[in-house]
Amino acid sequence: MSELPGDLLYTSEHEWLRREEDGSVTIGVTDHAQAALGDLVYVELPEVGQDVDSGGDMAVVESVKAASDVYAPIDGTVVAVNEELADDPEKINADPYGDGWIVRLQPNGDIDESALMTPDDYQSLLDEEES
Amino acid sequence: MGSKTPLYDKHVAAAARIVDFGGWDMPLHYGSQKEEHHAVRSNAGMFDVSHMTIVDLHGERTREFLRHLLANDVAKLQEPGKALYTCMLNENGGVIDDLIVYFMDENWFRVIVNAATRDKDLAWIVKNAAAFAVDVSERAELAMIAVQGPRARELAATCLAAEWQEQALALKLFTGMEAGDLFVARTGYTGEDGWEIVMPAARAPAIWDQLLMADVAPCGLGARDTLRLEAAMNLYGSDMDETISPLEAGLGWTVAWEPAERDFVGRGPIEAQRDDPSRRRFVGLLLEDKGVLRNHQRVVVEGVGDGEITSGGFSPTIGRSIALARLPAGDYDHAQVDVRGKLLNVRVVKTPFVRNGQVRIDV
Repeated sequence: MSELPGDLLYTSEHEWLRREEDGSVTIGVTDHAQAALGDLVYVELPEVGQDVDSGGDMAVVESVKAASDVYAPIDGTVVAVNEELADDPEKINADPYGDGWIVRLQPNGDIDESALMTPDDYQSLLDEEES
Repeated sequence: MGSKTPLYDKHVAAAARIVDFGGWDMPLHYGSQKEEHHAVRSNAGMFDVSHMTIVDLHGERTREFLRHLLANDVAKLQEPGKALYTCMLNENGGVIDDLIVYFMDENWFRVIVNAATRDKDLAWIVKNAAAFAVDVSERAELAMIAVQGPRARELAATCLAAEWQEQALALKLFTGMEAGDLFVARTGYTGEDGWEIVMPAARAPAIWDQLLMADVAPCGLGARDTLRLEAAMNLYGSDMDETISPLEAGLGWTVAWEPAERDFVGRGPIEAQRDDPSRRRFVGLLLEDKGVLRNHQRVVVEGVGDGEITSGGFSPTIGRSIALARLPAGDYDHAQVDVRGKLLNVRVVKTPFVRNGQVRIDV
């Protein structure tokens, strides 16, 4: 059973988003995703200032098992990346919703929340994948 | 739903992540693949390898048959229990499978082949055995546990009846013995010391529990793969297949060329390749930049040509990425690998990367 904070938004690519008070959005991968990937060994991060398009890849997380793209869930500009992941990618395994955050974006305009998933929607997706 | 080994319920009870492997439901890891890897390098770990196919060959002409079937020469096996690693080739010199053959007695040899290649291996062995009147029996009723690591033998010995322990602990490398209804061999696929223990399926769960009690860590296929990669041991289907000769898979050392008159299957084609200056190299690579090397990535050797990574991954012992690769002929020790469109620098290194807990390359 994977952990699922109620104050986040989710994507079908097993990523989470948190809307920060300053208008930026923090993004990471879900507990389910880190468990499926296994021990993380390398994270390739974007440059701060880079523009990203919704659905485009913006980072890569690599585990002992495989490489997996992290997609931009919204259009925006990278305002921060989690540099600590370079030396300690296993923060994603240990704390996927906290210290294991990956990228912070400044959205271009309003966020279309209807394109994202609520915790309940995401839980349904996980239940479907289980069955 | 795949096939299940006699230890499947043990894996589920230990919260293993189960994956399909060649039609078998097998544990990938029990929580952390890296911790399992380190357990084998520093203490002892155990792997359920019951999916592997054990085949017993009986008949007066079994040795003669195997000298024809296998690229290595079972004439080297003179003491009962002695084992040999070898390839089984097709008529073109391609590798049908790699396997270990044990000399049990003059009328009985045991071979252990890969699970994913079971059907074609058995068909090939049976087809070739007919002319030698050798009886081929798969021993599907047997289970197998590999116990590996610097403390593996000492800890696993507690699972044997007292009368066998001393003799089993005295086994030389690549030698096995029967211990009651168990067969214990000092072999493995990790680059560490240890045993592979063959047992009746019904005994496997109790022996697994005994090993757990003895502080042997359960390890999944994930750690098995990173351990064998560090040890530069080939994986069938990744590093070689029926289109690749043992000479282009770094397995020339397993081919017994002498005596010259021994006519093993595939000999002609690989003999022709033996002195071919264009024969591809099979090497170890160490990634000098950040990132992770993966199977099938393209290797670029400037001014020489392209090659391919056959097994790539992250080395938990070294803390860097390593790979096995098949590269164009030539004398060079640097190359680049195309990782998602970026060319990363790699160094060609002498394998193994790690053996007996020690890093063996310059990092």
